[in-house]
Formats: sequence, structure tokens, C-alpha cells
Amino acid sequence: MEPLTTDATPPNHAGPPPLERLVSIDVSVATVRALNNELHHPSAAAYEVLQPQGAHAIAAGIDQALTVDIRGHAGYYCAGMNDGGQIVVHGNVGTGVAENMMSGSVRIRGDASQSAGATGHGGLLVIEGSASMRCGISMKGIDIVVGGDIGPMSAFMAQAGRLVVCGDAGDDLGDSVYEARIYVRGKVGALGADCIEKPMRDEHLAELAALLTAARLDHDPRAFRRYGSGRTLYHFAAHNSAAY
Amino acid sequence: MTDPSVLGLRESATFDRATIAGIQRAAETGVYDIRGWGAKRRLPHFDDLLFLGASMSRYPLEGYRERCGTDVTLGDRHAKYPLRLATPVTIAGMSFGALSAQAKEALGRGASEVGTSTTTGDGGMTPEERGQSKHLVYQYLPSRYGMNPTDLRKADAIEVVLGQGAKPGGGGMLLGQKISDRVAAMRTLPPGIDQRSACRHPDWTGPDDLAIKILELREITDWEKPIYVKVGATRTYYDVKLAVAAGADVVVVDGMQGGTAATQDVFIEHVGIPTLAALPQAVQALQELGMHRQVQLIVSGGIRTGADVAKAMALGADAVAIGTAALIALGDNHPRHAAEYAALGSAAGFYDDFQDGRDPAGITTQDPELSARLDPVAGGRRVANYLRVLTMEAQTIARACGKSHLQHLEPEDLVALTIEAAAMARVPLAGTSWIPGAGL
Repeated sequence: MEPLTTDATPPNHAGPPPLERLVSIDVSVATVRALNNELHHPSAAAYEVLQPQGAHAIAAGIDQALTVDIRGHAGYYCAGMNDGGQIVVHGNVGTGVAENMMSGSVRIRGDASQSAGATGHGGLLVIEGSASMRCGISMKGIDIVVGGDIGPMSAFMAQAGRLVVCGDAGDDLGDSVYEARIYVRGKVGALGADCIEKPMRDEHLAELAALLTAARLDHDPRAFRRYGSGRTLYHFAAHNSAAY
Repeated sequence: MTDPSVLGLRESATFDRATIAGIQRAAETGVYDIRGWGAKRRLPHFDDLLFLGASMSRYPLEGYRERCGTDVTLGDRHAKYPLRLATPVTIAGMSFGALSAQAKEALGRGASEVGTSTTTGDGGMTPEERGQSKHLVYQYLPSRYGMNPTDLRKADAIEVVLGQGAKPGGGGMLLGQKISDRVAAMRTLPPGIDQRSACRHPDWTGPDDLAIKILELREITDWEKPIYVKVGATRTYYDVKLAVAAGADVVVVDGMQGGTAATQDVFIEHVGIPTLAALPQAVQALQELGMHRQVQLIVSGGIRTGADVAKAMALGADAVAIGTAALIALGDNHPRHAAEYAALGSAAGFYDDFQDGRDPAGITTQDPELSARLDPVAGGRRVANYLRVLTMEAQTIARACGKSHLQHLEPEDLVALTIEAAAMARVPLAGTSWIPGAGL
């Protein structure tokens, strides 16, 4: 374990960072800014973050295939805009975990607050516990798998990607959803505007099985139901005014 | 056609011809009117202000001989690399989608030629625009269409958009006829659908969250880039205070004359306040925080001439942004398209159907044939010419007021022509010392 000082100068790399080194950064000693600066200009391929203490924007903006283990609870926008990092939070996270993720994976061992995976374009977000409201809001290609429940207004205006919920979903699920696909194993409080239940065909069972495997969750895909867009709000129409 | 009034006919002021046409249109179609442009109603504006040139008690500067600076630095509060612009006239955010790729490139070319910035919009950053823009501001919008960290790092500044003057409280709108395959792919949406952008950000609500969001954007971009916060003019005094508290380096205030590519007419004309009413509120907020000139203020909405630029700066703005005027400089509403405007049921000087995608000038369209009409190089030259004229006009006024830099213009240089303008701008009615509301 090597402590990182706040004035560490990022090295200039010609190639990928060495694999053998694990760098530990204690956020109660170093600043988040120094941590992120190191992760943006890495001197190693594997990091662990100690005593995160709920700080915001931990491991935000990673743009390469680093492994980061965050040992404790993180605040808002943990792993924000992740593009290639393999990040595990051994605790709970605040609002907007992995928001706008492009690629890579983020795994939360505990629960997540609001807007988990918001606007994500790619990659896999796994929340082993439950997620609060607006999970997967405006998602644009990300895959999100939640081991527990999700709160209301989840997958609002979700454009693309898959949202898998192994527990229950709150009210107004998938309101104004576009082409994202939603799988729920438990109860759905209520469906949002233009979100409908759709038949579970073989290709959906297959993609759900693959997502559950990737998330390392052991559920039978046949226990899930599929939801998606009724596509009735794709064009303005006066008779839809109550739904807009 | 004979003017009906010579026949003794009287038009209703309440139900004028445009109102009657609106009711008839609503009754026939059952949908509200969606259009582009900004507020068209008459509003108190910079036209209602005049400069007091130098005379006995003030000393003017020689035109063409004595220097009058125009440069401005934006975002030096926290950012490692603030924007240093040669003129305070910038190009406002307009999306690829709303505008053709050629129009976006032309704006970039024009802005770069005179050393100012241009701004992306609700559709992501195009290579054409980035490639031709020396200073590019990347908008961070509720929809996050095309949002990605790679483009974020390519930007020279980041503008967190809460709203715009044409529709404060409303999200973007792009009708299906403008969702080409390229636009659809950049926005991750099916081609051809009527697209409604969100009006609220998906992962933060309120000023306390915004502070954390700004922190995240700084962390992702290694504290290099200025962060702007843009608001539509409504409760401007409070919005500016909250934006500064949230950590904004630059605050952008867009009045209700500011344009849009597509919004309900009722929204454009009835929500928000005029630029003239918002600007002094913003300055007051900054001054009370001790942040005037520390956090820069950009004002937009109805800037057309160098006089407007000078008046905005005299009232305390650090820079202005133009949108509609830049489109006109590119060729929008030009009489050369009169026949085509007529075929669309409009006329040169009146055309505002930017939502429709059939713009004869090739600016507010995704149609390949129409957009090919706009040569980005020639368009860029026109935009550069226009930006130079705005800058030189503002300098002319500043010199006449004895100012060696545009930023030295001050409210004391101004008087108002109307009581309304005097009250809003907080400058005296011309010929009097009366500022309505002062001292209350």
C-alpha cells in the first residue's frame, strides 16, 4: 500500500499502467481532487479508496480500464461518466452513481440513492441492494441490474438500454419511455404514461439471462415480466394531451 | 389591397388580425401553435435607453485614434484555463438538430475569425463545430443528448443550462421532420419521432445539488474549464445568487426575447421577463455578493446592434450572446427567399417556422438539399463581418462616453426614454433625475 500525497505529480505514460501495483488512497488524508487526478493519469491499474466518508464525485471521469475498490460509503456522482473503469463500492452510494456511464462496470454492494445510472450510454451498473427513485432516468444504452427494489419514476424517458429489477418497482415506472427495455421480477406500483407490459419472447429471456449472469445474480428469467414503450406518444396528438 | 381603415372599419385592439387567425387555426387543428424565434410582442428594451455622450463634464476619446479595448476574460474564478475573448459578443447555444451542420460550422468559423466563442446545444457536439470553433462552450442540458466525457474534455467551457429566455421552465422540442438519421443517432432516439427534451435535470434538483454537480464536472475535467450556469430570465435576482453560491464561474441570463428553435407560441410570449428587466437584477445580485466582475455575467435576448451591446455592458454585463441575430447574419429571413417563404405561408421578415425543417435559407433544417444551400465558409464570413460591426459600434459609443474599454461603460452613462425602461434599467428618465422605484 502506498499513500498518495496531495501534491503528487501525475506521471506521463507511454503505455498502459503496470498491473502488479495496487495503490491505496486514503480520502481522509488525500483530497478527492488528488484522487481523481491520479485516476485520470494512473500510475497503476488497480486502486483502492479508503475512508471515502461519503465524499462526492469519487472516481468520477475515469477513462481507462482501471480497477477501483471503494471501501466504504460514497456520496453523489460516484464513478460519474465512467468510461472503462471496473469500480466496486463496498458500501452505499448517494445520488447519481455512474451517471452518464459510457463503458466499463460499476457494482454497488449496498444501496443506491436517486438517479442511479442516469443518462448512461453504456456499461453495466449493478446495485446489489435497492435503488431509490428515478433509477435509470433518461438512460441511453446502459444496462442496470438491481438486486432489490427501485423507487418511483424510474426509467423516466429512458431511451435505450436494459433495466433489470429483481425486487419491486415503484409508481410510474417507465413514464414516457422510448426504446429501453425494463424487466421486473416483483410487483410494479403503477406504469407511467405510455409504458406497457410486453410479451417475454425467447430473445428477451436470453438477454435477461445474460444480464443476470453478468450481474452474478441467480434468478430464473422466467420469473420476470417485460415492460417497454407503447409508442403512442412518439408524435404529438391533441387527444394525448392528458398524457403529455 | 385597400387598407380597411380608410373604409371606416375599425380593428379590435383585443382581437386583432393575428389573434383572430390564431383562434381560427386552433379551432381547425386542435393543437397549439409551435414556432421558432423569441417573443414578438413589443417589450421594454434597450431601444428605450440612450447614452449621454461626453461634453463639458466628460472627456470623449478620439474615434480611430485612441484605443478602446474590447477583450474579456470569462471564468477565471476557479478554472485553470479561462476563456480569453477578443470581443464580448459571443454566439449563444443552438443545437445541431435545430440547425444544420453547415450552419453550426459557419457560426464556429465566424466566431473564431473574430476571436469569440460559440456554443453547442441540445444535441451534442459535432466534429464540424469543434473543428471550426477556437472557443467552444459545451452545453450540459437536462436531456444530456450526445453527452459524453470525451467531448466534455474537448470543450473550452461548460454551460449548465437550467433554462432559456424563450421558455423558462420548458424543455427542448424537436419535431420529427428534423430528426434525421444523424440527429437521431446523436440523441439515441428513433428517427422521425417528435422529440421532447426534459425540462429538469435528471440527477440533481435545486441549488444545493447543483453545487455538487458543478463539483463533479470540475473533477471530471481536472478543474480546467470554466463552468457557466445559464438561466432563463424570471426570478433573476435569486437565480443569480443561487448560481454563484453553487459555484458558477459565469452566469448567463437569457431574456424572453431570446430565440428558440421550437416552442409553443403561448410559452414564448407569456413566460419570462424582458432582458432589460433581468439584467439589473443580475448585477444587483452579483454586487451584493461582492462577485460583480469576479463571476462574469453574459446577457442575451434581443441583442441586435452595437448599441445593444454597449447598453448591456453599461448596465453591468461582461459579455453578451447573440442567437437570432447570428442566424439573420447567416441569411435567415433574407428577401432572396421571398417566393419560397410565400410558398410556406410566410414572408421574408416574418419567417419563424424553425420547427418545420423546411427553411429556404438552409439554416434551421436537416434536409440535405436545403442545408447544402448554406456555404459554411461564406456564412462564416458574414457572421464575422456582423460580429465586427457590433464590436465597432459598441466601441464608437464607448469612446463618445470617454471610455477606453467597453467594460468601463456604466449605468451613469445611460438615461431612459420611458418610465417603464427607467424603472427596469434603474437609470433616470431622460431629462430628469427620476428613477422610478429607487429608494423605496
